[in-house]
Amino acid sequence: MLEISNLKAAIDGKEILKGINLKVNPGEVHAIMGPNGSGKSTLANVLAGREEYEVLAGNIMYNGENLLELDPEERAHKGIFLAFQYPVEIPGVSNVYFLRTAFNEIRKANGLEEIDAANFLKLIRSKMELVEMDKTLMNRSVNEGFSGGEKKRNEIFQMAVLEPKLSILDETDSGLDIDALRIVANGVNALRNSNNATVVVTHYQRLLQYIVPDFVHVLYNGQIVKSGGKELALELEEKGYDWLK
Amino acid sequence: MSSEIEHLESIANKEYKYGFVSDIEADQLPPGLNEDTIRAISALKKEPEFMLEWRLKAYKSWLKMQEPKWPKVHYPEIDFQKIVYYSAPKKRPQLESLDEVDPELLRTYEKLGIPLEEQKMLAGVAVDAVFDSVSVATTFKEKLSELGIIFCSMSEAVQNHPELVKKYLGSVVPATDNFYASLNSAVYSDGSFVYVPKGVRCPMELSTYFRINAQNTGQFERTLIVADEGSYVSYLEGCTAPMRDENQLHAAVVELVALKDAQIKYSTVQNWYPGDENGKGGIYNFVTKRGICQENAKISWTQVETGSAITWKYPSVILKGDNSIGEFYSVAMTNKFQQADTGTKMIHIGKNTRSNIVSKGISAGRSNNSYRGLVKVMKSAENARNFSQCDSLLIGDKCGAHTFPYIEVNNTTGKVEHEATTSKIGEDQIFYCNQRGLDTEQAVSLIVNGYCKEVFRELPMEFAIEAQNLLSISLEGSVG
Repeated sequence: MLEISNLKAAIDGKEILKGINLKVNPGEVHAIMGPNGSGKSTLANVLAGREEYEVLAGNIMYNGENLLELDPEERAHKGIFLAFQYPVEIPGVSNVYFLRTAFNEIRKANGLEEIDAANFLKLIRSKMELVEMDKTLMNRSVNEGFSGGEKKRNEIFQMAVLEPKLSILDETDSGLDIDALRIVANGVNALRNSNNATVVVTHYQRLLQYIVPDFVHVLYNGQIVKSGGKELALELEEKGYDWLK
Repeated sequence: MSSEIEHLESIANKEYKYGFVSDIEADQLPPGLNEDTIRAISALKKEPEFMLEWRLKAYKSWLKMQEPKWPKVHYPEIDFQKIVYYSAPKKRPQLESLDEVDPELLRTYEKLGIPLEEQKMLAGVAVDAVFDSVSVATTFKEKLSELGIIFCSMSEAVQNHPELVKKYLGSVVPATDNFYASLNSAVYSDGSFVYVPKGVRCPMELSTYFRINAQNTGQFERTLIVADEGSYVSYLEGCTAPMRDENQLHAAVVELVALKDAQIKYSTVQNWYPGDENGKGGIYNFVTKRGICQENAKISWTQVETGSAITWKYPSVILKGDNSIGEFYSVAMTNKFQQADTGTKMIHIGKNTRSNIVSKGISAGRSNNSYRGLVKVMKSAENARNFSQCDSLLIGDKCGAHTFPYIEVNNTTGKVEHEATTSKIGEDQIFYCNQRGLDTEQAVSLIVNGYCKEVFRELPMEFAIEAQNLLSISLEGSVG
């Protein structure tokens, strides 16, 4: 599904990613771990197509297409979803209207008919239960005045509604208490199937107790220095990152 | 960074959607302004003597006035002798129904997406369509007259209700008020007149669609709305104009009179031709709008201003009666080379008077957008309250936003609050929308519409949708 080869990327002229290689198949969950400043969020943003990040070398193939040639919205249309580390507020735009617009844009891009407001409300009801979203949040402005936990839950809720093929969770666990963490993880687990894949970017092993990865990769100084199974996460928790330097 | 700005700009540079000229032949006076012009206008309209005298008085005071230079707008000197002060569509039948309307005119309305028949049926809106300077279609009159509501053109009002016109015309905006108001008083060609009798709640939104059409014709619209004691009326004004090369002067006057316990809601969507992407052409919109509230009365101005090359407009409320309320909700969007200097004046005279101001400015392209507002609390205004919120949103890095709040408080019990913010559309907001599948143009439109929500929700439903569409159209090409 996703194949990253020798990816080098920079922001503000500073090289952050220094040759990343990663392969993700449908049905897999990959965890990218690493200390602060190792390039985890840069990788997530490059995959989503954020313009400030400059790709210096390498390429990314996604379902047989050169991902780097696509605009961010085209990537979204083709099933790439980024759960933001810092979800953005959009004052005056209701959460449900925003999500329906996104949902319909993706449908339109894939040659499907748009869905009206009434049917959309039916469709999202079960997804709201999945991440225990408070109904009142639906008509509030996107992320405005949401608590940190509500914002993260809203990201997973959007993911549940949009049903992406490749989800990238950027530090989704940061700022979550244990209950919120469990809710978010349950949501992600419920959405897992053999056709989609998830890349979980995280600093701590904590989230991986709930979202059990198939692979764990350690990102350090812009490169993947070690890859392994889920037990690698536990090892990191015990020993820290220093032994890998 | 810079490519994002370019992208923002390219979205802002699309063609004016409503730019077309319909070719109805027009009857018009030769260009120029003197006493004879005014006499000719008055004679053409078969006006009673008092009206002519009023016009001449306005003209005489206008001659002594200076064009105002204080607004933050720039334009070449206007030669008032080159302007045509009267033009009327050639065919002017007495209309019993829409079948009698010039089909060319109907097609024009259809292009604008406002077929009269549909509006009659669907929206429950009575439409007094002003095409150029003369009203050619008036509908729903019968239904309104059952309630004693008068809704007609100013010309008809002068003929049929001279006592009301004599009493109220110029009572809020005197013929000697300011340069453009005096000019309007001297040469006004037509407009709308509304009278709602005591205790009557007007059951439908009254609406006028008008557009400037004949080349080189200044349009001098005059609107007068009188809500008698305890009555209520909601009035919608919306306009679009055909694309053209030459500057067109528009100096309208709107007067609102809300007597004791009355309420007037006045909503405007203004989308006149703003000029091309080089700043050439476009309408000059110099408008005087003012209302007066007697005891317990309320006047709300809501405006969505997206058009015109230059806008100079301060819908105001004189809160004369005790416990009266004035409101001003405004979205002013400028793009390309547009200039807007707009805001409001709230004059607190009565006790316990309240005013509320919400202004949302959006600047894109190389435009300049100024909020200018006055809150004045007179000595007599015990316990007056005002709250003002003025927000500015910038799109791109070549536009300007300015705020000029004036506050005068002459009574220590008065409370005046003013909040102002200036922000830019964040790249992170746009990227967030992009990542969810919206392209940048949609993203900007969504964000801007969200920003304007407080104002849009004050508009009647069907108008709110139109306003959102207009805003999206106006934004096209502002995002590059």
